[in-house]
Amino acid sequence: MLAEAGLAALWLAAGLATLQLFLMVHALRSGADTARTMRAIALVQGALTLVSFAMLLLVFARTDLSVALVYENSHSAKPFIYKVAGAWGNHEGSMLLWVTVLSAAGAVVALMSRRTAERTLVAALGSQAALALGFYAFLLVASNPFARLSPAAVEGRGLNPLLQDPGLAFHPPTLYLGYVGLSVAFSFAVGAMLTGEVDSRLARAMRPWVLGAWILLTLGITAGSYWAYYELGWGGWWFWDPVENASLMPWLAATALLHSINVLAARGALKAWTMMLAVIAFSMSMVGTFLVRSGVLTSVHAFAIDPQRGTFLLALLAIYVGAAFTLFALRAPLLKEGAPFELVSRETGLVINNLLLSVILGIVFIGTLYPLIVEAVSGEKLSVGAPYFNAVAGPLALILALLVGVGPLLTWRRQTRLVLERLKIPALLGATALLITLVLAPHIGVLPRLALTVAAYLAAAAIVPLTGRNPLRTPLATWGMVAAHFGIAVALAGMAANAAFTKETLAIARPGDVLRVGPWQVQLGDVGPTAGKNWTAIEGELRATRGDGLVILKPQTRYFTDPPTETNEAAIRTFWNGQLYTVIGKPDASGAWQLRLWWKPFVTLIWAGGALIALGGAVAMLGRVWRRRRRRERRWQDRYA
Amino acid sequence: MSRALRFAPLLVSVLVVAALVWRLATPSDTMVRSKLEGRAVPAFALPAALSSKPGFTSADLATGQPRLVNIFASWCVPCVSEVRVLDQLKSRGVEIDGIAVRDRPEDLADFLARNGDPYRRIAADSESRVQIALGSSGVPESFVVDGRGVIRYQHVGPIEAADVPTILAKLEQAR
Repeated sequence: MLAEAGLAALWLAAGLATLQLFLMVHALRSGADTARTMRAIALVQGALTLVSFAMLLLVFARTDLSVALVYENSHSAKPFIYKVAGAWGNHEGSMLLWVTVLSAAGAVVALMSRRTAERTLVAALGSQAALALGFYAFLLVASNPFARLSPAAVEGRGLNPLLQDPGLAFHPPTLYLGYVGLSVAFSFAVGAMLTGEVDSRLARAMRPWVLGAWILLTLGITAGSYWAYYELGWGGWWFWDPVENASLMPWLAATALLHSINVLAARGALKAWTMMLAVIAFSMSMVGTFLVRSGVLTSVHAFAIDPQRGTFLLALLAIYVGAAFTLFALRAPLLKEGAPFELVSRETGLVINNLLLSVILGIVFIGTLYPLIVEAVSGEKLSVGAPYFNAVAGPLALILALLVGVGPLLTWRRQTRLVLERLKIPALLGATALLITLVLAPHIGVLPRLALTVAAYLAAAAIVPLTGRNPLRTPLATWGMVAAHFGIAVALAGMAANAAFTKETLAIARPGDVLRVGPWQVQLGDVGPTAGKNWTAIEGELRATRGDGLVILKPQTRYFTDPPTETNEAAIRTFWNGQLYTVIGKPDASGAWQLRLWWKPFVTLIWAGGALIALGGAVAMLGRVWRRRRRRERRWQDRYA
Repeated sequence: MSRALRFAPLLVSVLVVAALVWRLATPSDTMVRSKLEGRAVPAFALPAALSSKPGFTSADLATGQPRLVNIFASWCVPCVSEVRVLDQLKSRGVEIDGIAVRDRPEDLADFLARNGDPYRRIAADSESRVQIALGSSGVPESFVVDGRGVIRYQHVGPIEAADVPTILAKLEQAR
């Protein structure tokens, strides 16, 4: 019954989305006022998808093996949290999650948005319904999550053990929330281009969605990076894998959008550019989802492969992106640009920020799709890897980080205060860092050295906007910006330290052997079997010391029975100045074990920085919400005083 | 904003969608084929991998008789099962030369003692140079080389029992 209820809710929601789309077309053609009706429909539609998703969670929580999807992806012996997470750890469930978030976002827009012009809101709600409709069709026609299995199975077929990890429970939903948050920016942009009302009111309505989506994408990417780092056992935190790039590209576009939208909100400028970025950001999200879901690009995420459904998704992608960019091409010349600005001004700073981010986005985009295009044109196979991305995007990212220190010190329209004066101390810190690395670590690469320099400079420069201000009267949004920019410095320092100072030891060792990695002496103790709820493992005991104290690490090779899979569980120990990362592999014929040991100084700063960036976003968000509430209260007081 | 610039995003997306459509229509073939089929073996001279057998040079392959060059390693698990099939080929008169990639003499001797030794000569390719020159992307891989030292056929992955007729036919054709 639960499954049927879920399916019925989905059909009803699809019907309402169709109605919503018709109402929008009608409103735009005849000028009829459909806003109230559309708000109501969007609310009900959102509620229906939530019901549908709740039903899916329930059948997974109860391991209802008469539902095909549960049989395929779950197992009665699985820990409860992974049973529930299994609901979206598969193709159908994740698409249902996607459409649920999409239409729930539409409902929230309908409920909250009071700032945009009614006509633009109607067009935006219509656009959001059109987006949802395509994915409803996809679910109902090509990937029904509630399909029954008759007769019901006795036991499920498990879940990819790589995914049995707390990371799974949060990483995909966080990214999806981020992607779909960008769908609202997309719909607002499409709506505004349809009505021609691209103004600062629109920017203010879009801004919380872009900011929220950006926070979640930042968190999703940071968490995904850490997941790959400890779960895959390769010791790396970013592989320039197509699927990683697929999440990075929307983030880069959203970051650019987050900055340009401020220009539109404050100065009414960069209209066409901001609209284009809003379309690009969500297009990149759809490309990302498509790449993951269709498996067209070879990647570590290949567990999500499904070429047939790829066709349907690609058709949706082509329709939405094609329609939006056609609209852009037709309407962009009609947008009147706002107030002019001088060469040295905050506007220019933000334009440069946007150009650099766009170029980096282009580099990642080309690098990700280049092998595909070359093979399509010439039949030649090649792959683009880390050397390209690091060499091409790295220096640009450093220049961007350098300018991050300057931008916030600029003022709107024209520069009145001296900027370089205020950056003396940061510059001095950067120079000191450069000198120290030149003396103490003369052999590290150019890029890591420059990155350490820029990180030291930016850590100080990020704080400069707070100097000379009363901390209590400084808006939360400014605090948020400072935290996020400081986070960039922290993450950059972690990346550079990891690239420059990581020590690696790969060895075949017998119990009793002692290996060296960086400052550590690591002795292999006993290697023996151990077991968990649904796995068995070979576990090695490593005794590590660096002069004082003893640290025990227990890396494992785990064997899952259902389905039969083998994973390496790295044992990682975090210290204030780095992580000791150990992996045990297979034994050879003579009873010696493959060991991989890494000492990674300050590697944790990468994710700490990522978290700080997201936290900065959250603080800025809070600041905006509070300010809005205070303003509303003041208006009430004025009215009733 | 100029006309070309306005339509640029649309054009880029059309291009990308076209490429993705093409990829969906022609699923990726992950096998990397050597471009040297029909061409002479690139020149090389490799030392012996073991003291008990000689190594060989590219010139040594042009003996007038077709032969099989097998790229393998003692650390390669599929190679273990392949060696047994190579033994069958050897018993049917096929001459097999091995190129041991990134291997150590003691490991190699152990591997041969344990699994059988179908090789006439084994050359040590300690840095994969010859493997890469041959256009081989992994172990195991095998090449049918004719009597003039020209590569006539490449087999990617382990030769299994079912592949034996194909390999024998290719060797016959190379005669």
